[in-house]
Amino acid sequence: MTRPVTALLEEWEPVIGLEVHVQLATKSKAFSPSATTFGEPPNSLTDPLVLGLPGTLPVFNRAALELALRLGVATSSQIRARSRFARKHYFYPDLPKGYQISQYDEPLCEHGHLDLIVGGVLKRVKLTRIHLEEDAGKNTHVGAVSHVDLNRAGIPLVEVVSEPMLTSAEEAAEFMRSLHRLVRWLEISEADMEKGQLRCDANVSVRLRGEDRLGTRTELKNINSFRFVQNAVDHEIARQLRIVDSGGRIERETRLWDADAGQSAPMRSKEEANDYRYFPDPDLPPLVVDAELMAGILRTLPELPGARFERYQKEHGLSPDDARTLVSDRALADYFDAACTAHPGERSGRMIANWMLTELLGALNADGKDIAQSPMPAAMLSALVVLVESGTISGKIGKEIFTESYASGEAPLAIVERRGVQQISDEAALWEVVDRVVKANPKQAEGYASGKDGLFGFFVGAVMKETQGRANPIITSDLLHKRLGR
Amino acid sequence: MSEFWTVAETARRVAAGEITAYRLVENVLTRIRNVDRELGAFLELDLDGARNAASEIERRRTSGEPLGSLAGVPIALKDNLVTKGVATTAGSKILKGWIPPYDATVVEKLRAAGAILVGKTNLDEFGMGSSTERSSYRKTRNPWDASRVPGGSSGGSAAAVAAGLCAASLGTDTGGSIRQPAAFTGVVGLKPTYGRVSRWGVVAFASSLDQVGPITRTIADAALVLQAIAGHDPRDATSLNAPVPSYSEGLDRGVAGMTIGLPSEYFNHTIDADVRAAIERTMAALKDKGAKLVEVSLPHAELALPAYYIIAPAEASSNLARYDGVRYGKRAEAQDLLDLYRKTRGAGFGPEVKRRIMLGTYTLRSGYYDAYYKKAQQVRALIKRDFDEAFATVDVILTPTTPTAAFRFGAKVDPLDMYLADVFTLSCNLAGLPGLSVPCGLTAEGLPVGAQLLGRPLDEATLLRVGAVIEATVGLGERRPGGIT
Amino acid sequence: MPTLTRKEVDEIALLARLHLEPEELERLRTELGTILDYFVTLALVDTTGVPPMTHAVPMEMVLRPDEPQPSLPVDVALKGVAKRDGDLIVVPAIIPGNDP
Repeated sequence: MTRPVTALLEEWEPVIGLEVHVQLATKSKAFSPSATTFGEPPNSLTDPLVLGLPGTLPVFNRAALELALRLGVATSSQIRARSRFARKHYFYPDLPKGYQISQYDEPLCEHGHLDLIVGGVLKRVKLTRIHLEEDAGKNTHVGAVSHVDLNRAGIPLVEVVSEPMLTSAEEAAEFMRSLHRLVRWLEISEADMEKGQLRCDANVSVRLRGEDRLGTRTELKNINSFRFVQNAVDHEIARQLRIVDSGGRIERETRLWDADAGQSAPMRSKEEANDYRYFPDPDLPPLVVDAELMAGILRTLPELPGARFERYQKEHGLSPDDARTLVSDRALADYFDAACTAHPGERSGRMIANWMLTELLGALNADGKDIAQSPMPAAMLSALVVLVESGTISGKIGKEIFTESYASGEAPLAIVERRGVQQISDEAALWEVVDRVVKANPKQAEGYASGKDGLFGFFVGAVMKETQGRANPIITSDLLHKRLGR
Repeated sequence: MSEFWTVAETARRVAAGEITAYRLVENVLTRIRNVDRELGAFLELDLDGARNAASEIERRRTSGEPLGSLAGVPIALKDNLVTKGVATTAGSKILKGWIPPYDATVVEKLRAAGAILVGKTNLDEFGMGSSTERSSYRKTRNPWDASRVPGGSSGGSAAAVAAGLCAASLGTDTGGSIRQPAAFTGVVGLKPTYGRVSRWGVVAFASSLDQVGPITRTIADAALVLQAIAGHDPRDATSLNAPVPSYSEGLDRGVAGMTIGLPSEYFNHTIDADVRAAIERTMAALKDKGAKLVEVSLPHAELALPAYYIIAPAEASSNLARYDGVRYGKRAEAQDLLDLYRKTRGAGFGPEVKRRIMLGTYTLRSGYYDAYYKKAQQVRALIKRDFDEAFATVDVILTPTTPTAAFRFGAKVDPLDMYLADVFTLSCNLAGLPGLSVPCGLTAEGLPVGAQLLGRPLDEATLLRVGAVIEATVGLGERRPGGIT
Repeated sequence: MPTLTRKEVDEIALLARLHLEPEELERLRTELGTILDYFVTLALVDTTGVPPMTHAVPMEMVLRPDEPQPSLPVDVALKGVAKRDGDLIVVPAIIPGNDP
């Protein structure tokens, strides 16, 4: 009878390391010029090198290097001026050459980090390495045979390896989410997990709290969503804890996650653990990253989410929550920045953020669109905010104008002028209306004077009706208080 | 008779209309039909391709369009050079029936120069061997003596040129596979500097050692063919981006004032008496023509063999991992995937190839990599350094190409014995230097002897220049092989 | 002095995916042993501080522009394939769990 996991976790600490493969968004493959388009008919994206034909040679794709370097810089990694490709040998039908071109001894990037926020606390997760490699094709089991499609073979990947320092399934899922967001932010990968563009293996072990040495680890494969990461890792931690609690030993093995069954099963261990026989690929001279290349990367690197998070709070006074929402997606943050730049006023960020996060996102959600597909460009939203901020229209009218502009694409100012809904802020004109309204409703005026506070709203409503909603609410309120005596 | 016309002469006559390309092709094919049954040089003939190429040349010539530098020249290609639409086997059963969908760069270049690509020649399987006895298809004989090997692995290419079945051929050289058969069959064989000629479309044996080079009957021809195939290729990341000089220019400048190095470690080796004598006559001739001969030392020379036999099989075991019958080539019947791999490769590869794959796999295993492959690459650097130091004081290095003349079939049964025969040619590949073998005499038994010249990186021109003097003084002149005619 | 055991030869043959008959295995065992003996000479050489030579003439990576070129038509690409199912390459199943 084993104790519950929560109790075991007081004694035992889970240790998790993640290896994440990210497909780089290049147009052609890593080492040959076939296209990388997803969803094409099987074996339609091959060339002699992809097929591993005799006599073929690899030549590396410049864009793949640039995208990988962006990630290296964004994770503050040490970047090797001269790195090498290595051959990793194993036999599998989706690996045409019988080896994968990868990196081994001299990877492109090392010792970077990824910052996560878990439970409101910042955790800096160290990255052992980021290296370049090529993807394999797809092998599908169909009864007694397997089908091989090489379209995916040769697509460039980066492999991101974390130090074994994640301590819960939640942290593992958050690591994946952060990395997912970062690679999309940097525009180095679409990272669509359903298309297999971001894939994760987890190494899981447990050890007694306070112990330095790592326990025996198992490798979890076939994790292709954030939810699976959490479930699979949780399940594995529980499995291991039950074993150690009853005095058993963890087997060093690879386990496949079965999402439907909600459990993992061991892949029967390969013969004598794969000896990949790594050696530097003699067909590829050292990969050189010089100062000029790095300067280009740094120049084109977008402001990273962390930096924007800080800046939105400091410069624009946004709340941490609003800032976090905006930096969850590069397109959102870019839209915000564009709107602020178009907007001449200062300290306007809060209002823009407000309008974005409520009105705009509301309308987009209803349409099933995302910010990149917004029919309202940033400059136009910004113009609307100007109209409200300057008092040209009231906030309430503003919402109506928003809806119309969003639907028709007409500029807010044009709509305002066409409909004649400019706010009335002229005190003399408003006093005239206020006076008229109070005179016309003596009973309510008396009622209010005798203490019925709720009747104030009646008078505000009456003024609004008289002015087709255009009366400046603050001035109206002021004047009403004066006219009514309190 | 046109069989023994040089490349230069053939091109001249075709361009002048003295002989039509059609006639030339038919002459070649007739000769091949007559001689090759016994000689065994060719694995595949491309009759259609040859005749179409001839048509095209005649069309251009008669309409006044420019002809390429090798227009009408019949050239044979070692069967580890990939040819579009023409069977390519690399001498192995595992590629039986494979018809490539693309051309090697060197093939494209020869076609563009107007050469008539006659067919594919025999070789030791995947280039692994020194006698062509390791071909899985047929036996190639030495045209000077049918009981002897033509050398290898480019035995078919060398025999075809020596016997006048074509004007020139391309071979590949990883540890001596152009130079040694050239020496054994009395023709000129050149291995260019590593990276001088593209490896795109060359069935890989050892990636850091393989190079394509010309096999011809004269030095001037070697210059012409090298000119056509040399140059940077963006499809080969190990291809050198260096300008290609005119190799034919200055061929006749002679050797007056040059310094030629004689490495003592090579000459202290056991060398056949007749071979030594021929080399000594060569040295005398060069001296007579104004060269200075000095002794040099290449202290790490003896390490070339072990270093090569670690690096080459390791790279080969990796390069041959793709031969599994899944996407091309012969596939064995099998119950499961493991069976498929093991049976396909077990049946498709010959014993020498299997030996080298096993050796390479052994040395690349984790835990062994440092002691073997990495160590060999360090030793390789030392061998290169020896040459760099030698070339500080000499312009070229002269050695015998091989310690003996062509041996008899079945003479080298022990694999180690066969490996030892390569002792003079290996260093050149390890150091990436250019190497040339030029005929410099015959043994008492009438077998050709080759003199080897080694040069600085990208200094093929100097090798050819010295080779031209050797050819003019102690070369074979008009002597033709009498073993198979 | 490396002399290979039969077990080692079996392991290497499996790593290299070579089916070898018993006589072949035995022959290779002795041949490889002899060849490996010969390489002991390398171990004796002092190579401290010598960087492994990767390419004879020093060369640096040349990169390719990211411009897709037309791929091979499927029928050309699969022309040499022994077994097809439509445009897919067919191989015998990997027995699940028994990774080859």
